[in-house]
Amino acid sequence: MIAHILSQAKALPLSGKLGLALVLFWLAVALFGPMLAPYPVGAFVAYDVFDGQSAAHWLGSDYLGRDVLSRLLSGARYTVGLAAAAAMLASATGTALALTAAVGGAKVDEPLSRFMDMLISIPSKIFSLVLVAAFGSSLPLLLLIAAITYVPGNYRIARALAVNLAQMDYVQVARARGEGRFHIAIAEVLPNMIHPLLADFGLRFVFIVLLLSGLSFLGLGVQPPDADLGSLVRENISGLGEGALAIIAPAVAIATLTVGVNLLIDGLPGRGKRA
Amino acid sequence: MAGGASQSGMKAALTLIGKRFASSLLTLLLVSVTIFIIAQLLPGDAAQEALGQSATPQQVAALRHEMGLDRPAYVRYASWLTGMVSGDPGQSLVANMPVSDVISERLPNSLLLAALTALVAVPVALAIGIGSAMNRGGRLDRALNVATLSMVAVPEFLVATIAVLIFSVKLRWLPSIAMASQEMGWGDYLRGVAMPILTLSVIVIAQMARMTRAAVIDQMDRPYVEMAVLKGVAPVQVVLRHIMPNAIAPIVNAMALSLSYLLGGAVIVETIFNYPGLASLMVNAVTSRDMPLLQACAMIFCAAYLLLMLIADVTAILANPRLRAQ
Repeated sequence: MIAHILSQAKALPLSGKLGLALVLFWLAVALFGPMLAPYPVGAFVAYDVFDGQSAAHWLGSDYLGRDVLSRLLSGARYTVGLAAAAAMLASATGTALALTAAVGGAKVDEPLSRFMDMLISIPSKIFSLVLVAAFGSSLPLLLLIAAITYVPGNYRIARALAVNLAQMDYVQVARARGEGRFHIAIAEVLPNMIHPLLADFGLRFVFIVLLLSGLSFLGLGVQPPDADLGSLVRENISGLGEGALAIIAPAVAIATLTVGVNLLIDGLPGRGKRA
Repeated sequence: MAGGASQSGMKAALTLIGKRFASSLLTLLLVSVTIFIIAQLLPGDAAQEALGQSATPQQVAALRHEMGLDRPAYVRYASWLTGMVSGDPGQSLVANMPVSDVISERLPNSLLLAALTALVAVPVALAIGIGSAMNRGGRLDRALNVATLSMVAVPEFLVATIAVLIFSVKLRWLPSIAMASQEMGWGDYLRGVAMPILTLSVIVIAQMARMTRAAVIDQMDRPYVEMAVLKGVAPVQVVLRHIMPNAIAPIVNAMALSLSYLLGGAVIVETIFNYPGLASLMVNAVTSRDMPLLQACAMIFCAAYLLLMLIADVTAILANPRLRAQ
C-alpha cells in the first residue's frame, strides 16, 4: 500500500510533486502547528505593532503586537480543519444523493436533479452570503453553510459518473441476481467512481478554503477570538499601507495551500484522460 | 433545397433558444423562492430586529402588522415577487429608503467596473489561451498552464493586497481606495478604479485563458486542421484562417462562462477597495441583516449569472449545426 503510494508520488510531474509537498506541509501545520507555536495565540508579546521579521518574531508582529507566526499556525488549523470537514460533508452528501438518483430511477432522479440544477445557478459566494445573513456565522454553521454551498457541484459530477456506471453490464448482472438498490449503489457503483471523486474532493476543498477565507476577510466568517487565515488578513488590513508582513503572510499561506492542492490534482494520473 | 434545410434548421435553433430562455426564467423563479425561504428562516423577524430586545410584545405585534409580516408566507412571497418584477422590491430597513433607490445608485458603478474588466481581460485571455494552444505541450504551454492553474486558486484579496503594495505603497502611482462619483472626470475615475480592474482581471483572465485554450485545442484535433497542415499552410495561417472561424463560438461560450467569476470576485474586490458598487452594498446588507436589500441584490446577481449562462448556451446552439438540427 505504502509502496504503491510512493511509486504514484514518484510518477507525478514536477508541478505535481511541488503540490504534494505543499499539501503535506499544510496538513502537518494544521495537525502539529499549534504545538510548535513560540508564543500563546492571544498574547501581546512585541513592543511594537506591525514589526518586521526578527529573530524573536519570525513573521513579525500584528496590529496588537501579537506574534504573527503563532497566530498563523493556529489560523491554519481553523482553515484546513473547517474546509476539510466541510468538503467531506459536501462530497458525502452530494455523492449519497447522486447514488440515490442513479439507482432510484427517473422518479427520484428527475426532481432531485432539477433541484440541484436550480441551486447550482446561484453563484456560490452570493448563496453563502444569503445563508450567513439568515443563520449567522458560528463555526458549526460556517461548516454547514460551506458544505451546503458545494453539495450541488459534487452531486452533478457524481451523478454523471454513477448514471454511466449503472448502465454497465456488471451492474445489470447484479440487478438480475436480485441485489437490492443499496447493495448496488454501495458495492457495485461507488467503488468504481472513487478516483474521480477524490479529485473532485480536492477541488471542493480549494473552493471551500477560498470561500471561507473570503467570508472571514469580509468579517462574516470565523468570528473573534477564533481566527482563521482569512480573519488574520482582515484584522491586519490597517498595516497594508506600510506593507506589513502580518497581512502578507496569512494571504500567502492561503495561496500556497490552495495552489498546492490544485497542482497536485492536475498532476494526478488519469486526470487528463477524463477531462 | 439547401436554403430550405437551413431555414428549417434556423427555425429549430430558434425554438431551442426559446426553450432555453423559458427554462432560464423558470430557474430564476425557483431561485427567488429559495432565496425568499432562506431569508424567512432568520431567527426572530425583522420587526423584532428593528425594535430591539426591550420592545414589548404589543409593539412587536403592531410593527409586524404594519410591515405585513403577519400575513401567510405565500402571500408575502407573491407581493415581494410582484414588487421585484415591477421594480419596487420594498423598503431598505437600514437606509430607510426604497431598495430600488439604493440599488439604482450602485448598479451603474458595478456594471461599469464589469465592462472595463471585460475590456481588459478578454484580449489578454485570448492571447494567452491561443498562444498556449499553438504551443501545445511545449515549454511555454506548460509554464502558462501552471501559472493559470495557480492563479485560479489564489484568493482575490492576495491579488488586491499585492497590487496595493506595488502600485500605491512602493510606486505611489495609484490611490489605494477606489473612488467613483459623478463629479469625477474620466482620467481621475480610471486612476481610481485601475486597481480593482487589475485585480478582477487577473482572476478572470486565468479562468478565461484556460477555457480558451481548451476550445482552440478541441478544434486543432479536427480532421480539417490536419488537412490544412498537410497541404502546407503556415501555422499562423492555420490558426487565423482555419481554426478561429470555427473556434469563435466555443470561445464566446468560454468567455461568458468565465465572466461569471466576476460576480464572486466583485464581492471581495469592491469591499477591499471601498468601491461603491452592488457587491459591497450586498456585503453591507449581510452585516446589517437588511433582508429586503439583501434579497434584491441576490436576485440581481443570480439574474446576471443566468443571463451569462444563457448567452453561453445560445452561442453553443448557434455554433453547432447538429445541436441546431435537433
